[in-house]
Amino acid sequence: MPDVTMVGALNTALRDAMRADPRTLVFGEDVGALGGVFRVTEGLQDEFGTERVFNTPIAEAGIAGICVGLAMAEWRPVAEMQFDGFSYPALDQVISHIAKYRERTRGRVPMPVVIRIPSFGGIKGKEHHGESPETYYAHTAGLKVVVPSSPLDAYRLLRRSIEDPDPVIFLEPKSRYWSKEDGELSTDGPGIGSARIVREGGACVLITFGAMVGRCLEAASALAEEGIECAVLDLRSLVPLDVDAIAEQVRSTGRAVVVHEAPLTLGMGAEVVARIVEEAFDHLEAPVLRVTGPDVPYPPAALEQHYLPSVERIAKAARAVVAY
Amino acid sequence: MSIETAAEIPVERIVDPDGSVVGDDDVGLSDDGKRELLRQMIRCRRLDRECWALQRQGELTVYPPFEGQEAAQVGSASALGPEDFVFPSFRELAAAVVRGVDVVEYLEYHRGTWHGGPYDPIASRFAPICVPVGTQIVHAVGWALGAKLDATGACSLAYFGDGSASEGDFHEAANMAAVFVAPAILFCQNNGWAISVPASEQYAAPIAARAAGYGFPGARVDGNDVLAVYAVTKAAAERARSGEGPTLIEAMTYRIGAHSTADDDSRYRAGPEVDAWRERDPIARYRTYLLDRGLLDETSMTAFDDEAEAWVAGIRSELTSLGPPPAAEMFDHAFSEPPATLERQRHERIGDGDA
Repeated sequence: MPDVTMVGALNTALRDAMRADPRTLVFGEDVGALGGVFRVTEGLQDEFGTERVFNTPIAEAGIAGICVGLAMAEWRPVAEMQFDGFSYPALDQVISHIAKYRERTRGRVPMPVVIRIPSFGGIKGKEHHGESPETYYAHTAGLKVVVPSSPLDAYRLLRRSIEDPDPVIFLEPKSRYWSKEDGELSTDGPGIGSARIVREGGACVLITFGAMVGRCLEAASALAEEGIECAVLDLRSLVPLDVDAIAEQVRSTGRAVVVHEAPLTLGMGAEVVARIVEEAFDHLEAPVLRVTGPDVPYPPAALEQHYLPSVERIAKAARAVVAY
Repeated sequence: MSIETAAEIPVERIVDPDGSVVGDDDVGLSDDGKRELLRQMIRCRRLDRECWALQRQGELTVYPPFEGQEAAQVGSASALGPEDFVFPSFRELAAAVVRGVDVVEYLEYHRGTWHGGPYDPIASRFAPICVPVGTQIVHAVGWALGAKLDATGACSLAYFGDGSASEGDFHEAANMAAVFVAPAILFCQNNGWAISVPASEQYAAPIAARAAGYGFPGARVDGNDVLAVYAVTKAAAERARSGEGPTLIEAMTYRIGAHSTADDDSRYRAGPEVDAWRERDPIARYRTYLLDRGLLDETSMTAFDDEAEAWVAGIRSELTSLGPPPAAEMFDHAFSEPPATLERQRHERIGDGDA
């Protein structure tokens, strides 16, 4: 297959899932004729009709809430929140119901629900369009949280998410929507709960997810020219977290840098570092550093490159860890 | 040009508080069917009072009583078909009884042995108890949409209170139900109080009047008149089944007891108000109606009381013998397959056993 964009891969994943399972429904704001503001649902209503692909009123709590009832009626809802910053009205339904329903019904009522949320920054968006909401969901027991970093993995993860019997929060890195990758779309490969090594290296491991995988790869290339070979671990799945893969990388390199867009304090980096300390403390040759957004609200477009982890900041942290 | 507020909505009624008939009492029920409504109200009240006592005796954690609301719940739940699906809040034990939910399993929720109530929601067509205020209304609309897509001809009914109607979820549910033409019944039990906040501080126009703004019918019904509640709900269910979409029903009733066993209602309302509502008791009025019509005699009334007593004794005995579930179960249901990170947490606490 020629180059495919992440938007195209996600679109194909939805299409293939709907073809494979006639109980799959796609709905959200503007997902019908428009195909979603990012065109991820383009053409789906034409193929599957207005009963299986439908617009909703602008009502995020309602969008999440009807997922519960539809799942109880044995449908498989795949809902789209239009933007990260607009997903917050749905948090009550997600936290109080979607995440807890299986537990509180002793497993009698599963919630095979996928909520897709275009997330993270880097697109020069208006405020409320560059949020990193992953820890709100990752800290809510009962949810799985995944973040693809490339088109082929986006296809694989979305198919796996739709097939999953548990609720999955699917965070799509907007800044990678138009990135391209060459290869066959396939569900084969690592599933939810598995991280993957996207670059091998023995000096240090850069642990990251989403759009920051690309930046870490750029940093690793730059560092390689200086003779520092860094591995890059794409977490993909924040819940369940692949602690074994993290520990294995730290055991082999002894050095790690964690990179994400979200603010520093209590971000995923805090969890990853804690796991490293628990699992591989004896193997550490240097303190683990974090390269993240600062503890401020996401800034306006003119400042976002000062907020997001840059290739230079990532490389600087890796050099410091290696030189320790 | 004049700007007017919404007019008062008339209250549908068939049997007056004194038991006299003021409407068409041919609601499609046989004599046995009419007696069954009384039987259910009697046993539900007996159960409700038992639950209050069980809480005071330390057998339940907290309990929200529904005394005074028997007609609203029994009348509406009885009007549904076997395939219809109820989405309760947390005060709908009487509706659960009518729907055949396992009462002991339901009360495990209030005993604190499991969340949600471990009864089978799918088999009993009765969703888990829902405490986050008003959120269940949206679930009911989602289920109704699913039923519509499957063309099952079934409808859903969401119970909520006058306080819940202030939540945004009520609005989102009502609007979505209208737009999707969902076969859903939005059933508000207006019991006058949202814990300590009276209806006058909760809304400024009849809740039923809001239906017009969404584009579907709304009705106010005397919530203590079981026949009227039954008739209005049945009409709404038929409307839903015939593809005409949702209906909002506002049943005007009253919470005779406190909000819950943890509440002290003497701090916010006066005895005379409660007494006035006791005069409009749903069971006394309906018993008078049945006696006047020759549909009931003293013998069957005694039989209803005796049956309720024996039934509740059985529930008490079964419930009070229930111990806590094994601690291991806390880890069993959060995910279809516990992730490795969770398995480790389970092992740290309880090893490989069931604790």
